[in-house]
Amino acid sequence: MKYAMLIPFLPLAAFLINILFGRFLLKDRAHIVAIAGVFASFVLSVAVFIQVAGGATMNSDLYSWISSGGFRVSVGFLIDPLTAVMLIVVTTVSLLVHIYSIGYMHGDPGYYRFFSYLSLFTFSMLMLVTGNNLLQLYFGWEAVGLCSYFLIGYWYQKQSAADAGKKAFIVNRFGDFGFGLGVILVFLVVGSIQYSDIFASVGSLQGKTFPLFGYEVDLITLIALLLFCGAVGKSAQLPLHVWLPDAMEGPTPVSALIHAATMVTAGVFLVARFNPLFSLSPTAMAVVAITGAATSLFAATIALVQNDIKRIIAYSTCSQLGYMFLACGVGAFGAGIFHLYTHAFFKALLFLGAGSVMHAMAGELDIQKMGGLKKHMPVTYWTFLLASLSIAGIPGLAGFFSKDEILWMAYNGGMIGKIVWVVATIVAGLTAFYSFRIIFLAFHGSFRGTHEQEHHLHESPSVMTVPLAILAVGAVGAGWIGIPQALGGGNWIAHFFEPVLGHPHVHGTHAEEYMVMGISILAAALGIGTASYFYVMSPDMPKRLTERYKQIHTVLWNKYFVDELYDAIIVRPTKWVASTILVGFTDAKIIEGIVNGVPSLIQSFGMKLRKLQTGYLQHYGIVLIFGLFVLISIAFIAGTKTH
Amino acid sequence: MSGHEHATVEPQNDLSYPILAALLALPVGAVAMFIGHQYAGLISYPMLSTLIFLPIFGAVAIMLLPKCKTGLMRWSALCVSTATFILSLPLFTHFDRSTAAMQFIERTDWIHAWRIQYYLGIDGISVLFVLLSTLLTILCVMVSWTAITDKVKEFYAALLLIEGSMIGVFCSLDLFLFYIFWEAMLIPMYILIGVWGGPNRIYAAIKFFLFTLVGSLLMLVGILVLFFATGRSFDILVMMKTNYPLTMQIWLFWAFFAAFAVKVPMFPVHTWLPDAHTEAPTAGSVILAGILIKMGAYGFLRLNMPLFPEATKILAPFMLALSVIAIIYGAVICLAQTDLKRLIAYSSVSHMGFVTLGIFALNTQGVQGGILQMVNHGIVTGALFLCIGMIYERTHTRRIADYGGAATLFPVFATFFMVFTLASIGLPGTNGFVGEFLILVGGFKASVLAGALGATGIIIGAAYMLWLYQKVFFVDANPGLVGHGSDLNVREVLTLIPLLILVFWIGCYPNPFLGMMDASVQQLLERIASAGQPPVSQTALEVLK
Repeated sequence: MKYAMLIPFLPLAAFLINILFGRFLLKDRAHIVAIAGVFASFVLSVAVFIQVAGGATMNSDLYSWISSGGFRVSVGFLIDPLTAVMLIVVTTVSLLVHIYSIGYMHGDPGYYRFFSYLSLFTFSMLMLVTGNNLLQLYFGWEAVGLCSYFLIGYWYQKQSAADAGKKAFIVNRFGDFGFGLGVILVFLVVGSIQYSDIFASVGSLQGKTFPLFGYEVDLITLIALLLFCGAVGKSAQLPLHVWLPDAMEGPTPVSALIHAATMVTAGVFLVARFNPLFSLSPTAMAVVAITGAATSLFAATIALVQNDIKRIIAYSTCSQLGYMFLACGVGAFGAGIFHLYTHAFFKALLFLGAGSVMHAMAGELDIQKMGGLKKHMPVTYWTFLLASLSIAGIPGLAGFFSKDEILWMAYNGGMIGKIVWVVATIVAGLTAFYSFRIIFLAFHGSFRGTHEQEHHLHESPSVMTVPLAILAVGAVGAGWIGIPQALGGGNWIAHFFEPVLGHPHVHGTHAEEYMVMGISILAAALGIGTASYFYVMSPDMPKRLTERYKQIHTVLWNKYFVDELYDAIIVRPTKWVASTILVGFTDAKIIEGIVNGVPSLIQSFGMKLRKLQTGYLQHYGIVLIFGLFVLISIAFIAGTKTH
Repeated sequence: MSGHEHATVEPQNDLSYPILAALLALPVGAVAMFIGHQYAGLISYPMLSTLIFLPIFGAVAIMLLPKCKTGLMRWSALCVSTATFILSLPLFTHFDRSTAAMQFIERTDWIHAWRIQYYLGIDGISVLFVLLSTLLTILCVMVSWTAITDKVKEFYAALLLIEGSMIGVFCSLDLFLFYIFWEAMLIPMYILIGVWGGPNRIYAAIKFFLFTLVGSLLMLVGILVLFFATGRSFDILVMMKTNYPLTMQIWLFWAFFAAFAVKVPMFPVHTWLPDAHTEAPTAGSVILAGILIKMGAYGFLRLNMPLFPEATKILAPFMLALSVIAIIYGAVICLAQTDLKRLIAYSSVSHMGFVTLGIFALNTQGVQGGILQMVNHGIVTGALFLCIGMIYERTHTRRIADYGGAATLFPVFATFFMVFTLASIGLPGTNGFVGEFLILVGGFKASVLAGALGATGIIIGAAYMLWLYQKVFFVDANPGLVGHGSDLNVREVLTLIPLLILVFWIGCYPNPFLGMMDASVQQLLERIASAGQPPVSQTALEVLK
């Protein structure tokens, strides 16, 4: 299975070709190279998946990366069921987004640049999921963050885009700070950062403590939480979620690929990959579950009132990622990754659908200014509808099976599990509501935009609609590999993951499972029903509610004022310290004052030395020789005195 | 290398042809010698002396050229520095990685009465800096090609004199010789800032001179004390085997610390650096950031640590604290800078804080990371200063607020600057990551608090570098920038490419470099570990067990 090592490097090759020759040589043909690279990776990934499904795994090093004393790390690859599924997700969505971008980015002056960044991203993401050690994971982790920075700020002439890219990078660095310390701590206590070594020795770390600033902290919990810091940043969970909505400044295919289907799921992948470690610490598990549940509710409530189509989907992404984390937190790592896999299809589809709408509406994002798009763009409408049904959890579609698996596992997960189950069920209802709010406002009713926009309305070219259709197939059928036994399925995916991710013991009966399922279906139906009541049957209802609950609406509309809070407590104080205290006071007054002694002294010294500064090299030469003479004399005098 | 330049190179009388031919023969001869070394192993000559004196003789030769031949002076400097670089390559290829002993040794009596020797040699700690010096000098010559039009002869002479004395510092195994090169380096550097610098150059040059001089004087006293305490010897290798009394060690540690801390520069004696960097011509900033400030940390490794191992162990926590302060202080202060060069200068304070953090962690990862990070910082900050020099030549402003939208105007330049920015913030895959990560591993081992606080520098580092990048390159082009020349020319691209290659080489495959320092670092750490007293800092692992 050595050919699996080629998978990440093919897109890297495409990147190098495009970045070197794209500008002058390939220009508007840049997509050919990029697509060839990712397509080859996709084919190899399918081959790998088939082999892994047959029971094969691989863990081998390519070359020694860093070796310093006892610290040794290689560039190496681990292929197991978890990796195999991630490979399929990444290469499939990436390939479809590449194809879609031919149409979407057509005529953009930075066409080659766009495709080279997409290739670089694909390479980085594949390195992230295939690595067999923490440092390679960290490499991919930072590299996908970099590509995200490039692509969010792709239209760098726009102030908001440049700001958003920078914000994403810096907010992520906060998470990576913890992650990096976690990696170091793992090395210090295990002596290695290879996955196989870490997992082999986690058992022996149980019960050990680590002295942290005078406190004895449980070692496994500490490591798990430090690693989780990174996951919180990358997967936009509370309190580091602030970058993801702003990331929508990037081109829409990027939002679909990076900020929905792949990169943001890296945090979930990390937690799942380290399930042997996390599951040994109940505290860490509780933190993961509660963070996930809180974020999913928090983001879903914000999504209820927003009007920007991409931001609604972005908050939906935050919320769904929270779902995956709460699954991991209750021990259902397999269910979390299963949801990651189905989510990739319907969420990528939602974003690409939104992109198709923007394409038709000349970049318009406000759903209040849309309406009646259904008849103008039928393919976009039907695929968008399927994705919405899937995310809402309508039985038979992909989202239903993965969401139901999570709810069922949470229901079985003890006290914390029961709480997160209640939250998750509420979120399921909210999700259905805001998803269908988009459907009704954008695609139904009558057009509310300008006359020019209406004149311009058209269905997107087939290079864009075909990827939509393929993703729609996934949004419908991707879940069929995980049909639960209660519904007569084999839950193949759970068994597939079992060797890596385990499978929590379930006490509940089939009857209870039907009940959980029924409640979630009811919640979804309620959400869709409310949306249709609000936006189809009685369109003035939302306005009346807004006026009645003005404060709640203001808080939600302003995203709970988190950005403003961070600005007030972190950004501005830091800048103030830097400019007022350090530059203006410490450096200029205190240090200069003390170090220079009396500042006037240096002044007078300066005046004298100024005269010496003649600019003639001969003079300096004389001074140099004279200095040497003085020096030797001093040595001589000092020498005679001691003897 | 525009048409105008070509015209000045055009030989105007018969004498110019032989000079030009002789000049071109230098690099060619150097290549021939390198090949001879590499494949036949035939040639043996005093290699380190050649590296020291070739640039110095080059400087003298340039001084003898007629004043009008500025083109010839530039070519001479380029040929001399290129030849020096090629002749330094055997240090990389023929370096014996398995031993901690000094290599390429040259030793003769110099002033017999004072037992002063002309004693040269390199080991795993110094070898990389010699290579870095020879490489950066070429790039400095290239970047000054059109930027320096005034007193061209003196400029290149000073530059080559600095190169020779810098290499001398890294190769000296006799303390007296070390001091001579150490001081000799100061004067041409002072001239470089004071003559070809910016508007405030005199103030900056004097400040640089005074700070360094005061530090060096204390070191001189220390050197003399050592001379007598070692039984009237300046031999560093003998000193490394001598055990001095603890009180003496501590006093001497501080004396040498004075000289080296100023050079690094460590907090709070860093205030000369922003001024010197800001006012220095581009080549001066590159040399300053690339090599000169490395000498401080090199001094710790070469003298303070092996000569005063017990004092090192006792004072290490203090050094760690100063390092962490420098990391955070230098990084936060960057957020408030308005001048391109000043920002990079303060970032150097932060990055050198990482270096000293690694060095005084007193473990393999820390020290190796520290040495590697010194090389990395030379490459990356050197490159950033080269970049700023190139854009300054077009726009004649260093104010960040005067920029904006440069990515549209200078796309190739923007790409180079982006790579070096990423290396500066330690993105994995670039050289900065390898160094910083090893330092943090070492720092964390030595002290959890130091490691954790040091790591915050990485967050702030990303903040100020990306802020800088955005202000200069993104958003709409500042109207004042349009029409200020075109993107990088071939000469400028050629100047940056070697550093670009090194960024990724060290980032993806640092082992050849780490391997070179392995044995020497081990020996140094064993020397410190075996020096009486239990270790000050226990590793996290030991605490657990």
